[in-house]
Amino acid sequence: MTAPPPDTIRGADGVEYEAVIGLEVHAELRTRTKMFSGAPNAFGGAPNVNIDPTSLGLPGSLPVLNRRAVGLAIRFGLAVGSTIQRAIFHRKNYFYPDMPKDFQISQYDEPICAGGEIEAIDDAGGLHTVRLVRAHLEEDTGKLVHRGGGGRIHEADSSLVDYNRAGVPLLEIVSEPDIRSPAQARAYVNELRAILRELDVSDVKMEEGSLRVDANISVRAVGDTRLGTRAEIKNMNSVRSLQRALEFEFERQVRICAARGEVVQETRHWNEEDGQTHSMRSKEEAFDYRYFPEPDLVPIVPDPAWVEEIRAGLPELLPARRVQAVCGTHGVSADLVMSVVYTPGLADWVDAEVAAGADAGRAYVWASQEVLAHMNETGTAVSGLRIPARAFVELTELTRDGTLSSKLAKQVLRAVLDSGRSPREVVEEEGLAQISDSGELEGIVAGVLDSNPEAVEKYRAGEEKVIGFLVGQVMKATQGKANPGQVNEILRARIGS
Amino acid sequence: MTPRATDIAAAVRAGGTTASEVVEAALERIEAGDDEISAFLRVTPDHARSRAREVDAAVEAGRDPGPLAGVPVGMKDVLCTEGVETTCGSRILAGWHPPYTATAVARLEAAGAVMVGKTNMDEFAMGSSNENSAFGPARNPCDTERVPGGSSGGSAAAVAAGFVPVALGSDTGGSIRQPASLCGIVGMKPTYGRVSRYGLVAFASSLDQVGPMTTNVADAALVYGAIAGPDALDATSIPDTPPDVTAELERGLEGMTFGVIEELSRGDAFEPAVIAAFERTLSAIEAAGGRVVEVSLPSAPHALSAYYLIAPAEASSNLARFDGMRYGLRVEGESAEDTNRRTREAGFGDEVKRRIMLGTYALSAGYYDAYYAKAQKVRSLVIRDFAAAYADADVLCSPTSPSVAFRLGERSHDPLAMDQSDLCTIPTNLAGHPGISVWCGDDAAGLPIGFQILAPALEEARLFRAAAGVEAELGTRAVGGGGEP
Repeated sequence: MTAPPPDTIRGADGVEYEAVIGLEVHAELRTRTKMFSGAPNAFGGAPNVNIDPTSLGLPGSLPVLNRRAVGLAIRFGLAVGSTIQRAIFHRKNYFYPDMPKDFQISQYDEPICAGGEIEAIDDAGGLHTVRLVRAHLEEDTGKLVHRGGGGRIHEADSSLVDYNRAGVPLLEIVSEPDIRSPAQARAYVNELRAILRELDVSDVKMEEGSLRVDANISVRAVGDTRLGTRAEIKNMNSVRSLQRALEFEFERQVRICAARGEVVQETRHWNEEDGQTHSMRSKEEAFDYRYFPEPDLVPIVPDPAWVEEIRAGLPELLPARRVQAVCGTHGVSADLVMSVVYTPGLADWVDAEVAAGADAGRAYVWASQEVLAHMNETGTAVSGLRIPARAFVELTELTRDGTLSSKLAKQVLRAVLDSGRSPREVVEEEGLAQISDSGELEGIVAGVLDSNPEAVEKYRAGEEKVIGFLVGQVMKATQGKANPGQVNEILRARIGS
Repeated sequence: MTPRATDIAAAVRAGGTTASEVVEAALERIEAGDDEISAFLRVTPDHARSRAREVDAAVEAGRDPGPLAGVPVGMKDVLCTEGVETTCGSRILAGWHPPYTATAVARLEAAGAVMVGKTNMDEFAMGSSNENSAFGPARNPCDTERVPGGSSGGSAAAVAAGFVPVALGSDTGGSIRQPASLCGIVGMKPTYGRVSRYGLVAFASSLDQVGPMTTNVADAALVYGAIAGPDALDATSIPDTPPDVTAELERGLEGMTFGVIEELSRGDAFEPAVIAAFERTLSAIEAAGGRVVEVSLPSAPHALSAYYLIAPAEASSNLARFDGMRYGLRVEGESAEDTNRRTREAGFGDEVKRRIMLGTYALSAGYYDAYYAKAQKVRSLVIRDFAAAYADADVLCSPTSPSVAFRLGERSHDPLAMDQSDLCTIPTNLAGHPGISVWCGDDAAGLPIGFQILAPALEEARLFRAAAGVEAELGTRAVGGGGEP
């Protein structure tokens, strides 16, 4: 495990600075249709096919609220302890060619979810609580494609608009400025993604834009309780870019403060290529959105019976707590368990194997190493794995009865993942069983001793660690299949006498 | 003179005439007379003839052609009609052909009506004289030197000229009732939410409502019955089934109490002829067994001010989409922002620009509480005052407009005088209640005067009963070229 980056930075003025970070996360909701109309909510496909009068904002069209989107927002809110409340929509007015109506329907001072908190878990298994301000519903915009001029609107020769995304339901989740380092920001977003996925609220694919993160960051001397002037950072399209952008911005602001300069309140654009943030617009140029209540929609008044029905369908534990529970019960390290729990569906599969008799500690190690490696190499999701049910149970049994060493078990597991055969089939068909037959091992040991007389001498002279070399030679002679414990015993018995 | 819609439908349904004959006659009347009136922005003969043939085919096949079988209708050009140019009286939408049809239009045609054209209007329904139409004003058939009122002036003129027995209008601050009054016909605004706004190009979303304009109350009731009712495409649509108002038309005024709204019936703003006709109507109501009481709406004087903040504020947002990016006029500029600015500069008329600026200002950071939020408080007061007034009366009444039709150009450079025209109608829109204007006589020059009746929300049955009762006493004004009343 690499050492986590330091949470504070010492400036050139000798002052220790900390970062104060709050995140705004936009998650596209998993609905069949758009936020306010019956046009399909689907990613990809030809431009401008998932549209209708309302998602194009044609004159005379009207929004009608998607009930499922409200249900998903409530589901998220209940899971993170928000208050579910009466909500209204506002219009946020501004001009941009990807905005069909030139206003966005959003929630302003009466959001559907108020408060709540998310516990982010770090690699060492520690929990850090980030309070939420709110989570509110709004509609997405279309997408601009700029031709020429390096992909920016101002230099482009022409721009095309795809309104497929216009009107896709979004949940905007706003945190309090409770995050103190770029690494914590990463942990928070990872946990949030896992929650949204676990709840089936969103696909949370940052690369497809179904999860987008904007960050507000300021710095201050450690111990100071006042907030510094913040910058808002946009355009991070992975959790890794988020952390990099925040690390860059943290250092930039510390440099300014250490030189007694002033951080400007502005929006900054993260550039993945040069690894820097660049000024987009300052506070003075900020839009006046002229919010006012959306007259085309009526208030959302969540029916308490409906809310309770949604609550009854929530999972028992959120991902961070689940990681902690596994670590506590089975003594597996947090980073291994995290990698399993944060992979959609994997922990459920592992837990089912454990419930059927697999050893929990081994199961989480196998899942976090062999299974994840296989998934990454082949680009497979858990649902696409060819691993048969009870594979971990069999592996556990084969390990316990001495048929497989832990090293052989991993080798068998790789073969299981590649072929879809059961562990027993792999062991039989590939002769991977451990050699525990003492007669056979005696013969092999004798051969090794005969060809290494110097080592035997050294051992007898008291150099005990040479036994490791001799065990290695036996394993080599058996292609790793010899039972290491037994080899050790036989060796000691033979040369010790 | 055109027959009533109820008579046309009865004849078409019985096979006494055909929809095609009726529609052909309407097209001929428009052809002959509309050069002078400009009630229509465009006539749709192909659509009309093909729709009429469908109605006739239904009759021949023994299928129910609907309660409005063969009735020719003018649609205000603020209502979307699939494949038929819809401009809202604005250059910015010239050439736009909507890919869908407004619910009110679709329901009216499903009931057997036949659209013959799109009627003239003040640009984006902003105005009280029709002079704000980008395509030239409609004229009042009672006196073509005078305005027909607005913003549904083309619809009112089309009915008053006898071109069509029915037109649809939209009413945000009186845009159905005031032109109905100035043209001597019947104009009715339903309860907010009673008729779907889907496909009605928005002016002020919290105030807009579609309604019928006809020569008589029974026809208005028939049209109301066809277009009212819940619509899943409009979130503000009222889920209840609307009342059957036709049953109310013959009940008379016996035992009904009319509350005269003091603040909307007296004062310098009212022409003497208007007050005189109003008083004569009250006497007729009493003679017919109705009771007349005085009620007060203390917040009414502030309603106009509140309206001129709320409506422009919503309009400034609703009209933002006319930016040259997707449809309608586009004037190329240096950048997207510049294209937007140039398009709007060239595409909108003065009154629309005035209201967009006013509304944008009222919603701006730092001014919201002083203007928009305060206007909404006045709105709450208006609703409270109406509730108190209805404690003493079944329906409320006032003149529809303080004056008769004014001359073209007389008020077009005086926005405040123009706004006075909607003094009596605006409070109803703020409350969301239903209202109707019926003809109650002419002034000495032969210009019509309207009598406004208001009812509590959802009480269209009561409203139509009162209106039919008044009409039974006073009659209807002849349409089609200024015949004798």
